[in-house]
Amino acid sequence: MRKRKTTNARKAGGRRTIGTPARRKRTATNKPSSTGRADFLARAWTMEVEAAERYASFADAMDQHNNRDVAELFRKLARIEQLHADQLLEESLSRRTPALPPEGLRWGGGREGPETAAPGELHYRMQPYHALQIALACEKNANKFFSEFASRAADAKVRKAAREMAAEEAEHVRLIEDWLKRTPPPDKDWAHDPDPPLVSD
Amino acid sequence: MTTAAAAAPVTWQAFKSDYKPIWCPGCGDYSVLASVAKAFAMLELRPENVAVVSGIGCSSRIPAYTSCYGFHGVHGRALAAGTGLKVARPELTVLVAGGDGDGYSIGGNHFLHACRRNVDLTYVVMDNHVYGMTKGQPSPTTEPDWNSKLSPGGTGLRTFHPLVIALAAGANFVARAFSGDPNDTAQILAEAIRTPGFSFVEILSPCVTFRPEQRDWKNQVRPAPVAPTDDPARAARRIMTDDGFNIGVLYKGERKPYPPPIGKATKRLSDLEADFTI
Repeated sequence: MRKRKTTNARKAGGRRTIGTPARRKRTATNKPSSTGRADFLARAWTMEVEAAERYASFADAMDQHNNRDVAELFRKLARIEQLHADQLLEESLSRRTPALPPEGLRWGGGREGPETAAPGELHYRMQPYHALQIALACEKNANKFFSEFASRAADAKVRKAAREMAAEEAEHVRLIEDWLKRTPPPDKDWAHDPDPPLVSD
Repeated sequence: MTTAAAAAPVTWQAFKSDYKPIWCPGCGDYSVLASVAKAFAMLELRPENVAVVSGIGCSSRIPAYTSCYGFHGVHGRALAAGTGLKVARPELTVLVAGGDGDGYSIGGNHFLHACRRNVDLTYVVMDNHVYGMTKGQPSPTTEPDWNSKLSPGGTGLRTFHPLVIALAAGANFVARAFSGDPNDTAQILAEAIRTPGFSFVEILSPCVTFRPEQRDWKNQVRPAPVAPTDDPARAARRIMTDDGFNIGVLYKGERKPYPPPIGKATKRLSDLEADFTI
Protein backbone atom coordinates (compact mmCIF):
# COMPACT_ATOMS: atom_id res chain seq x y z
CA MET A 1 0.00 0.00 0.00
CA ARG A 2 1.16 3.49 -0.65
CA LYS A 3 0.52 6.57 1.41
CA ARG A 4 -1.60 9.53 0.47
CA LYS A 5 -0.61 13.10 1.10
CA THR A 6 -3.63 13.91 3.20
CA THR A 7 -6.05 11.43 4.61
CA ASN A 8 -9.54 12.26 5.76
CA ALA A 9 -8.46 11.40 9.26
CA ARG A 10 -5.64 13.89 9.08
CA LYS A 11 -7.88 16.58 7.64
CA ALA A 12 -10.17 16.03 10.59
CA GLY A 13 -7.24 16.42 12.92
CA GLY A 14 -7.00 12.73 13.69
CA ARG A 15 -3.98 10.51 13.61
CA ARG A 16 -2.54 9.48 10.34
CA THR A 17 -3.95 6.22 9.13
CA ILE A 18 -3.91 4.04 6.09
CA GLY A 19 -5.48 5.77 3.16
CA THR A 20 -5.34 6.23 -0.55
CA PRO A 21 -1.93 6.47 -2.12
CA ALA A 22 0.08 9.62 -2.70
CA ARG A 23 0.32 11.05 -6.18
CA ARG A 24 3.97 10.82 -6.93
CA LYS A 25 6.37 10.21 -9.69
CA ARG A 26 7.50 6.65 -10.15
CA THR A 27 10.52 6.78 -12.39
CA ALA A 28 10.66 3.14 -13.44
CA THR A 29 7.11 3.04 -14.75
CA ASN A 30 7.18 6.37 -16.54
CA LYS A 31 9.69 5.22 -19.13
CA PRO A 32 9.40 2.73 -21.95
CA SER A 33 9.81 -0.68 -20.43
CA SER A 34 12.76 -2.91 -20.76
CA THR A 35 12.13 -6.49 -19.74
CA GLY A 36 13.11 -5.67 -16.17
CA ARG A 37 10.83 -2.66 -15.97
CA ALA A 38 7.89 -4.51 -17.50
CA ASP A 39 8.41 -7.34 -15.04
CA PHE A 40 8.57 -4.91 -12.15
CA LEU A 41 5.35 -3.17 -13.14
CA ALA A 42 3.59 -6.48 -13.74
CA ARG A 43 4.60 -7.75 -10.32
CA ALA A 44 3.84 -4.56 -8.43
CA TRP A 45 0.43 -4.22 -10.10
CA THR A 46 -0.46 -7.90 -9.70
CA MET A 47 0.48 -7.81 -6.03
CA GLU A 48 -1.92 -4.97 -5.38
CA VAL A 49 -4.77 -6.37 -7.47
CA GLU A 50 -4.58 -9.84 -5.97
CA ALA A 51 -4.33 -8.43 -2.46
CA ALA A 52 -7.49 -6.39 -3.17
CA GLU A 53 -9.32 -9.42 -4.55
CA ARG A 54 -8.43 -11.53 -1.55
CA TYR A 55 -9.55 -8.90 0.94
CA ALA A 56 -12.82 -8.49 -0.98
CA SER A 57 -13.38 -12.24 -0.81
CA PHE A 58 -12.68 -12.15 2.94
CA ALA A 59 -15.19 -9.33 3.33
CA ASP A 60 -17.87 -11.33 1.52
CA ALA A 61 -17.22 -14.35 3.73
CA MET A 62 -17.45 -12.31 6.92
CA ASP A 63 -20.62 -10.61 5.68
CA GLN A 64 -22.23 -13.98 5.14
CA HIS A 65 -21.47 -14.85 8.74
CA ASN A 66 -22.75 -11.53 10.12
CA ASN A 67 -19.35 -10.39 11.29
CA ARG A 68 -19.95 -6.87 10.02
CA ASP A 69 -17.04 -5.07 11.69
CA VAL A 70 -14.45 -7.36 10.21
CA ALA A 71 -16.23 -7.40 6.85
CA GLU A 72 -16.08 -3.60 6.73
CA LEU A 73 -12.40 -3.60 7.66
CA PHE A 74 -11.55 -6.09 4.91
CA ARG A 75 -13.56 -4.03 2.44
CA LYS A 76 -11.58 -0.97 3.40
CA LEU A 77 -8.31 -2.85 2.91
CA ALA A 78 -9.56 -4.09 -0.48
CA ARG A 79 -10.39 -0.56 -1.58
CA ILE A 80 -6.97 0.69 -0.54
CA GLU A 81 -5.14 -2.07 -2.42
CA GLN A 82 -7.25 -1.50 -5.53
CA LEU A 83 -6.52 2.22 -5.43
CA HIS A 84 -2.84 1.44 -5.34
CA ALA A 85 -3.15 -0.87 -8.32
CA ASP A 86 -5.04 1.82 -10.24
CA GLN A 87 -2.45 4.40 -9.38
CA LEU A 88 0.39 2.20 -10.55
CA LEU A 89 -1.29 2.01 -13.94
CA GLU A 90 -1.93 5.75 -14.04
CA GLU A 91 1.72 6.40 -13.41
CA SER A 92 2.93 3.95 -16.01
CA LEU A 93 3.60 5.17 -19.51
CA SER A 94 1.12 2.89 -21.25
CA ARG A 95 -1.62 3.16 -18.61
CA ARG A 96 -2.61 -0.32 -19.66
CA THR A 97 -2.90 -3.45 -17.60
CA PRO A 98 0.54 -5.06 -17.73
CA ALA A 99 0.87 -8.18 -19.84
CA LEU A 100 1.37 -11.23 -17.67
CA PRO A 101 3.06 -14.43 -18.82
CA PRO A 102 0.51 -17.10 -19.82
CA GLU A 103 1.90 -19.46 -17.20
CA GLY A 104 1.32 -16.78 -14.54
CA LEU A 105 3.83 -15.09 -12.27
CA ARG A 106 5.97 -17.11 -9.93
CA TRP A 107 6.84 -15.74 -6.51
CA GLY A 108 9.47 -17.83 -4.84
CA GLY A 109 7.95 -21.20 -4.13
CA GLY A 110 4.47 -20.68 -5.56
CA ARG A 111 2.12 -18.43 -7.49
CA GLU A 112 0.64 -16.47 -4.60
CA GLY A 113 1.78 -12.87 -4.42
CA PRO A 114 3.67 -11.82 -1.28
CA GLU A 115 1.07 -9.22 -0.32
CA THR A 116 -1.89 -11.58 -0.70
CA ALA A 117 -3.37 -12.78 2.58
CA ALA A 118 -3.37 -16.55 3.04
CA PRO A 119 -6.87 -17.87 2.27
CA GLY A 120 -7.11 -20.02 5.37
CA GLU A 121 -6.49 -17.29 7.93
CA LEU A 122 -10.12 -16.46 8.68
CA HIS A 123 -12.27 -17.48 11.61
CA TYR A 124 -15.97 -16.71 11.77
CA ARG A 125 -15.58 -15.09 15.19
CA MET A 126 -12.42 -13.16 14.44
CA GLN A 127 -12.18 -9.50 15.40
CA PRO A 128 -10.76 -6.41 13.69
CA TYR A 129 -7.54 -6.92 15.65
CA HIS A 130 -7.04 -10.27 13.91
CA ALA A 131 -7.77 -8.74 10.52
CA LEU A 132 -5.15 -6.07 11.13
CA GLN A 133 -2.65 -8.73 12.12
CA ILE A 134 -3.26 -10.41 8.77
CA ALA A 135 -2.76 -7.09 6.98
CA LEU A 136 0.40 -6.43 8.97
CA ALA A 137 1.90 -9.75 7.90
CA CYS A 138 1.07 -8.97 4.27
CA GLU A 139 2.70 -5.55 4.41
CA LYS A 140 5.82 -7.05 5.96
CA ASN A 141 5.95 -9.64 3.20
CA ALA A 142 5.58 -6.92 0.58
CA ASN A 143 8.37 -4.88 2.15
CA LYS A 144 10.65 -7.91 2.16
CA PHE A 145 9.78 -8.71 -1.45
CA PHE A 146 10.58 -5.22 -2.76
CA SER A 147 13.76 -5.02 -0.70
CA GLU A 148 14.98 -8.27 -2.20
CA PHE A 149 13.83 -7.21 -5.67
CA ALA A 150 15.88 -4.01 -5.33
CA SER A 151 18.95 -5.94 -4.28
CA ARG A 152 18.70 -8.19 -7.36
CA ALA A 153 17.65 -5.72 -10.05
CA ALA A 154 20.27 -4.97 -12.70
CA ASP A 155 18.43 -1.92 -14.08
CA ALA A 156 19.18 1.16 -11.97
CA LYS A 157 15.70 2.63 -12.43
CA VAL A 158 14.02 -0.59 -11.45
CA ARG A 159 16.29 -0.78 -8.42
CA LYS A 160 15.31 2.74 -7.42
CA ALA A 161 11.60 2.09 -7.89
CA ALA A 162 11.80 -1.15 -5.93
CA ARG A 163 13.55 0.67 -3.08
CA GLU A 164 10.81 3.29 -3.09
CA MET A 165 8.15 0.60 -2.94
CA ALA A 166 10.00 -1.15 -0.14
CA ALA A 167 10.14 2.12 1.80
CA GLU A 168 6.43 2.66 1.30
CA GLU A 169 5.61 -0.84 2.46
CA ALA A 170 7.76 -0.22 5.54
CA GLU A 171 5.73 2.91 6.18
CA HIS A 172 2.54 0.89 5.92
CA VAL A 173 3.87 -1.59 8.43
CA ARG A 174 4.28 1.30 10.85
CA LEU A 175 0.80 2.62 10.06
CA ILE A 176 -0.85 -0.72 10.72
CA GLU A 177 1.14 -1.13 13.90
CA ASP A 178 -0.27 2.23 15.00
CA TRP A 179 -3.75 1.12 13.97
CA LEU A 180 -3.33 -2.04 16.03
CA LYS A 181 -2.38 0.04 19.08
CA ARG A 182 -5.72 1.83 18.77
CA THR A 183 -7.67 -1.41 18.32
CA PRO A 184 -8.78 -3.39 21.36
CA PRO A 185 -7.11 -6.80 21.44
CA PRO A 186 -9.46 -9.76 21.67
CA ASP A 187 -10.26 -11.52 24.92
CA LYS A 188 -8.58 -14.85 25.38
CA ASP A 189 -11.86 -16.66 24.77
CA TRP A 190 -12.72 -14.71 21.63
CA ALA A 191 -13.30 -17.90 19.65
CA HIS A 192 -15.73 -19.33 22.20
CA ASP A 193 -19.12 -20.00 20.66
CA PRO A 194 -21.92 -20.94 23.05
CA ASP A 195 -23.57 -22.81 20.19
CA PRO A 196 -20.59 -24.28 18.36
CA PRO A 197 -20.70 -26.16 15.08
CA LEU A 198 -18.23 -28.70 16.43
CA VAL A 199 -19.34 -32.10 17.53
CA SER A 200 -15.97 -33.65 16.81
CA ASP A 201 -13.66 -31.85 19.19
CA MET B 1 -23.78 -7.42 -29.67
CA THR B 2 -21.02 -6.92 -32.21
CA THR B 3 -18.68 -9.70 -33.23
CA ALA B 4 -15.81 -7.92 -31.55
CA ALA B 5 -17.75 -7.60 -28.33
CA ALA B 6 -18.79 -11.23 -28.49
CA ALA B 7 -15.18 -12.30 -28.89
CA ALA B 8 -13.87 -10.21 -26.01
CA PRO B 9 -12.27 -12.38 -23.33
CA VAL B 10 -14.32 -13.00 -20.22
CA THR B 11 -12.68 -12.00 -16.96
CA TRP B 12 -12.40 -14.62 -14.24
CA GLN B 13 -14.73 -12.60 -12.05
CA ALA B 14 -17.43 -12.95 -14.71
CA PHE B 15 -17.42 -16.71 -14.09
CA LYS B 16 -18.64 -16.07 -10.54
CA SER B 17 -22.34 -15.60 -9.91
CA ASP B 18 -23.92 -12.98 -7.68
CA TYR B 19 -24.58 -15.59 -5.00
CA LYS B 20 -22.07 -15.30 -2.19
CA PRO B 21 -20.71 -18.58 -0.86
CA ILE B 22 -21.85 -19.62 2.59
CA TRP B 23 -18.83 -21.80 3.29
CA CYS B 24 -17.15 -21.25 6.65
CA PRO B 25 -14.67 -18.35 6.64
CA GLY B 26 -11.24 -19.87 6.00
CA CYS B 27 -12.62 -22.86 4.09
CA GLY B 28 -10.42 -23.91 1.18
CA ASP B 29 -13.39 -24.11 -1.15
CA TYR B 30 -13.45 -20.32 -1.57
CA SER B 31 -10.07 -20.54 -3.23
CA VAL B 32 -11.07 -23.50 -5.35
CA LEU B 33 -13.98 -21.45 -6.69
CA ALA B 34 -11.54 -18.68 -7.61
CA SER B 35 -9.18 -21.20 -9.21
CA VAL B 36 -11.94 -22.76 -11.30
CA ALA B 37 -13.04 -19.32 -12.50
CA LYS B 38 -9.46 -18.32 -13.28
CA ALA B 39 -8.87 -21.54 -15.22
CA PHE B 40 -11.97 -20.93 -17.35
CA ALA B 41 -10.84 -17.37 -18.06
CA MET B 42 -7.30 -18.51 -18.83
CA LEU B 43 -8.68 -20.89 -21.45
CA GLU B 44 -10.81 -18.07 -22.87
CA LEU B 45 -13.99 -20.06 -22.34
CA ARG B 46 -17.38 -18.42 -22.03
CA PRO B 47 -19.88 -19.17 -19.26
CA GLU B 48 -22.53 -20.26 -21.74
CA ASN B 49 -20.20 -22.96 -23.05
CA VAL B 50 -19.33 -24.46 -19.68
CA ALA B 51 -21.30 -26.70 -17.34
CA VAL B 52 -20.39 -27.31 -13.72
CA VAL B 53 -21.95 -30.44 -12.26
CA SER B 54 -21.81 -31.49 -8.63
CA GLY B 55 -23.15 -33.96 -6.10
CA ILE B 56 -23.94 -33.24 -2.46
CA GLY B 57 -21.82 -31.69 0.25
CA CYS B 58 -20.24 -28.36 1.15
CA SER B 59 -18.02 -28.29 -1.92
CA SER B 60 -20.88 -29.42 -4.15
CA ARG B 61 -22.49 -26.03 -3.72
CA ILE B 62 -20.02 -24.71 -6.26
CA PRO B 63 -22.25 -24.67 -9.39
CA ALA B 64 -24.49 -22.01 -7.80
CA TYR B 65 -21.49 -19.78 -7.28
CA THR B 66 -20.52 -19.81 -10.95
CA SER B 67 -22.24 -18.07 -13.84
CA CYS B 68 -21.95 -21.21 -16.00
CA TYR B 69 -24.66 -23.76 -16.54
CA GLY B 70 -24.88 -25.85 -13.41
CA PHE B 71 -26.41 -28.99 -12.04
CA HIS B 72 -26.44 -29.70 -8.30
CA GLY B 73 -27.24 -33.36 -8.49
CA VAL B 74 -27.76 -36.45 -6.41
CA HIS B 75 -25.26 -37.57 -3.77
CA GLY B 76 -22.37 -39.40 -5.43
CA ARG B 77 -23.90 -39.21 -8.88
CA ALA B 78 -22.25 -36.06 -10.21
CA LEU B 79 -19.99 -38.05 -12.52
CA ALA B 80 -22.93 -39.97 -13.96
CA ALA B 81 -24.74 -36.71 -14.74
CA GLY B 82 -21.58 -35.07 -16.06
CA THR B 83 -20.76 -38.04 -18.26
CA GLY B 84 -24.23 -38.04 -19.77
CA LEU B 85 -24.07 -34.32 -20.38
CA LYS B 86 -20.67 -34.47 -22.07
CA VAL B 87 -21.67 -37.38 -24.30
CA ALA B 88 -24.89 -35.64 -25.31
CA ARG B 89 -23.31 -32.20 -25.70
CA PRO B 90 -19.65 -32.80 -26.58
CA GLU B 91 -19.13 -29.13 -27.49
CA LEU B 92 -19.55 -28.11 -23.84
CA THR B 93 -16.69 -27.96 -21.38
CA VAL B 94 -17.86 -30.09 -18.47
CA LEU B 95 -16.35 -29.77 -15.02
CA VAL B 96 -17.61 -32.10 -12.33
CA ALA B 97 -16.89 -31.15 -8.73
CA GLY B 98 -17.49 -32.47 -5.25
CA GLY B 99 -15.94 -33.63 -2.04
CA ASP B 100 -14.17 -36.73 -0.83
CA GLY B 101 -17.27 -38.26 0.75
CA ASP B 102 -19.42 -37.65 -2.30
CA GLY B 103 -16.77 -38.83 -4.75
CA TYR B 104 -15.00 -41.67 -3.02
CA SER B 105 -17.71 -43.20 -0.85
CA ILE B 106 -21.22 -42.62 -2.11
CA GLY B 107 -19.96 -42.10 -5.65
CA GLY B 108 -17.00 -44.48 -5.48
CA ASN B 109 -18.26 -46.80 -8.16
CA HIS B 110 -19.04 -43.95 -10.52
CA PHE B 111 -15.52 -42.67 -9.94
CA LEU B 112 -13.98 -45.97 -11.04
CA HIS B 113 -16.01 -46.23 -14.18
CA ALA B 114 -15.66 -42.58 -15.12
CA CYS B 115 -11.89 -43.09 -15.06
CA ARG B 116 -12.31 -46.28 -17.12
CA ARG B 117 -14.59 -44.66 -19.71
CA ASN B 118 -12.27 -41.70 -20.15
CA VAL B 119 -14.94 -39.27 -21.28
CA ASP B 120 -13.47 -35.84 -21.95
CA LEU B 121 -14.31 -34.04 -18.73
CA THR B 122 -12.53 -32.76 -15.65
CA TYR B 123 -13.29 -34.07 -12.18
CA VAL B 124 -12.32 -31.89 -9.24
CA VAL B 125 -12.46 -33.31 -5.73
CA MET B 126 -12.09 -30.86 -2.86
CA ASP B 127 -10.62 -33.26 -0.33
CA ASN B 128 -10.75 -32.28 3.35
CA HIS B 129 -10.78 -35.80 4.78
CA VAL B 130 -14.14 -35.28 6.47
CA TYR B 131 -17.88 -34.97 5.87
CA GLY B 132 -18.25 -31.28 6.71
CA MET B 133 -21.87 -30.62 5.80
CA THR B 134 -23.12 -33.33 8.15
CA LYS B 135 -20.89 -32.17 11.01
CA GLY B 136 -17.68 -34.10 10.90
CA GLN B 137 -17.99 -37.81 10.20
CA PRO B 138 -14.89 -39.60 8.90
CA SER B 139 -14.72 -39.93 5.13
CA PRO B 140 -12.82 -42.47 3.00
CA THR B 141 -9.69 -40.29 3.12
CA THR B 142 -9.79 -39.68 6.88
CA GLU B 143 -6.71 -40.93 8.70
CA PRO B 144 -7.39 -44.17 10.62
CA ASP B 145 -6.36 -42.64 13.95
CA TRP B 146 -8.37 -39.41 13.68
CA ASN B 147 -10.02 -39.24 17.06
CA SER B 148 -13.33 -37.42 17.30
CA LYS B 149 -16.62 -37.64 19.13
CA LEU B 150 -18.07 -39.34 16.08
CA SER B 151 -15.15 -41.73 15.69
CA PRO B 152 -13.72 -42.32 19.17
CA GLY B 153 -10.19 -43.62 18.88
CA GLY B 154 -10.33 -43.31 15.12
CA THR B 155 -11.91 -45.61 12.56
CA GLY B 156 -8.86 -47.82 12.26
CA LEU B 157 -9.65 -48.09 8.58
CA ARG B 158 -7.12 -47.87 5.80
CA THR B 159 -7.51 -44.63 3.82
CA PHE B 160 -8.76 -44.60 0.26
CA HIS B 161 -5.97 -43.65 -2.18
CA PRO B 162 -7.81 -41.77 -4.94
CA LEU B 163 -4.89 -40.83 -7.17
CA VAL B 164 -3.58 -44.38 -7.51
CA ILE B 165 -7.07 -45.74 -7.94
CA ALA B 166 -7.72 -43.19 -10.69
CA LEU B 167 -4.53 -44.28 -12.42
CA ALA B 168 -5.35 -47.96 -12.12
CA ALA B 169 -8.86 -47.35 -13.41
CA GLY B 170 -7.65 -45.47 -16.48
CA ALA B 171 -7.81 -41.72 -15.83
CA ASN B 172 -5.83 -39.89 -18.48
CA PHE B 173 -4.64 -36.99 -16.30
CA VAL B 174 -3.96 -37.06 -12.59
CA ALA B 175 -2.90 -34.11 -10.48
CA ARG B 176 -2.89 -32.91 -6.90
CA ALA B 177 -3.35 -29.25 -6.00
CA PHE B 178 -3.67 -27.17 -2.84
CA SER B 179 -6.36 -24.58 -2.27
CA GLY B 180 -3.88 -22.37 -0.40
CA ASP B 181 -2.21 -21.51 -3.71
CA PRO B 182 -5.20 -20.69 -5.91
CA ASN B 183 -3.13 -19.33 -8.80
CA ASP B 184 -1.14 -22.54 -9.01
CA THR B 185 -4.35 -24.55 -8.74
CA ALA B 186 -5.83 -22.51 -11.62
CA GLN B 187 -2.87 -23.46 -13.81
CA ILE B 188 -3.28 -27.13 -12.96
CA LEU B 189 -7.02 -26.97 -13.65
CA ALA B 190 -6.45 -25.25 -16.98
CA GLU B 191 -4.06 -28.02 -18.00
CA ALA B 192 -6.54 -30.64 -16.84
CA ILE B 193 -9.35 -29.10 -18.89
CA ARG B 194 -7.07 -28.77 -21.93
CA THR B 195 -6.01 -32.41 -21.76
CA PRO B 196 -8.40 -34.70 -23.68
CA GLY B 197 -10.06 -37.49 -21.73
CA PHE B 198 -10.89 -37.89 -18.07
CA SER B 199 -8.81 -35.52 -15.99
CA PHE B 200 -8.78 -35.97 -12.25
CA VAL B 201 -7.61 -33.17 -9.96
CA GLU B 202 -7.59 -33.76 -6.24
CA ILE B 203 -7.42 -30.45 -4.38
CA LEU B 204 -6.39 -30.47 -0.75
CA SER B 205 -8.96 -28.04 0.64
CA PRO B 206 -8.86 -27.63 4.42
CA CYS B 207 -11.99 -27.86 6.54
CA VAL B 208 -11.19 -25.26 9.17
CA THR B 209 -14.25 -26.11 11.26
CA PHE B 210 -14.02 -29.86 11.72
CA ARG B 211 -10.35 -30.35 10.88
CA PRO B 212 -8.73 -27.10 12.11
CA GLU B 213 -5.36 -28.84 12.17
CA GLN B 214 -5.52 -28.78 8.36
CA ARG B 215 -4.64 -25.08 8.48
CA ASP B 216 -1.10 -26.38 8.76
CA TRP B 217 -1.28 -28.00 5.32
CA LYS B 218 0.18 -24.79 3.94
CA ASN B 219 3.42 -25.72 5.69
CA GLN B 220 3.38 -29.28 4.44
CA VAL B 221 2.64 -29.00 0.73
CA ARG B 222 5.47 -28.71 -1.78
CA PRO B 223 5.82 -28.85 -5.54
CA ALA B 224 6.25 -32.44 -6.72
CA PRO B 225 10.00 -32.91 -7.14
CA VAL B 226 9.62 -34.75 -10.45
CA ALA B 227 8.17 -33.93 -13.86
CA PRO B 228 4.87 -35.55 -14.88
CA THR B 229 5.20 -38.94 -16.48
CA ASP B 230 3.12 -40.72 -19.10
CA ASP B 231 3.96 -44.09 -17.54
CA PRO B 232 1.11 -45.04 -15.18
CA ALA B 233 3.22 -47.60 -13.31
CA ARG B 234 5.91 -45.04 -12.58
CA ALA B 235 3.29 -42.47 -11.59
CA ALA B 236 1.63 -45.00 -9.30
CA ARG B 237 4.91 -45.85 -7.59
CA ARG B 238 5.60 -42.17 -7.01
CA ILE B 239 2.16 -41.48 -5.63
CA MET B 240 2.14 -44.54 -3.40
CA THR B 241 5.44 -43.55 -1.86
CA ASP B 242 4.86 -39.83 -1.35
CA ASP B 243 3.31 -38.41 1.80
CA GLY B 244 0.26 -36.96 0.08
CA PHE B 245 1.58 -33.41 -0.09
CA ASN B 246 3.38 -33.36 -3.45
CA ILE B 247 1.59 -30.81 -5.61
CA GLY B 248 1.46 -30.74 -9.38
CA VAL B 249 0.58 -32.77 -12.44
CA LEU B 250 1.58 -36.33 -11.60
CA TYR B 251 0.46 -38.24 -14.68
CA LYS B 252 -0.51 -37.21 -18.19
CA GLY B 253 -1.39 -40.00 -20.59
CA GLU B 254 -2.43 -40.22 -24.20
CA ARG B 255 -5.52 -42.41 -24.09
CA LYS B 256 -8.11 -41.42 -26.59
CA PRO B 257 -11.26 -40.13 -24.93
CA TYR B 258 -14.51 -42.01 -25.20
CA PRO B 259 -16.00 -40.84 -28.48
CA PRO B 260 -19.24 -38.94 -28.40
CA PRO B 261 -22.07 -40.45 -30.48
CA ILE B 262 -21.67 -39.58 -34.13
CA GLY B 263 -24.50 -39.23 -36.61
CA LYS B 264 -28.21 -39.55 -36.17
CA ALA B 265 -30.09 -42.10 -34.11
CA THR B 266 -30.90 -45.18 -36.17
CA LYS B 267 -34.36 -45.57 -34.70
CA ARG B 268 -37.11 -43.16 -33.78
CA LEU B 269 -38.57 -43.21 -30.29
CA SER B 270 -41.84 -44.61 -31.64
CA ASP B 271 -39.92 -47.53 -33.19
CA LEU B 272 -38.26 -48.27 -29.88
CA GLU B 273 -41.60 -48.17 -28.11
CA ALA B 274 -42.96 -50.60 -30.68
CA ASP B 275 -40.03 -52.96 -30.06
CA PHE B 276 -40.89 -53.11 -26.37
CA THR B 277 -44.63 -53.55 -26.78
CA ILE B 278 -45.78 -56.70 -25.05
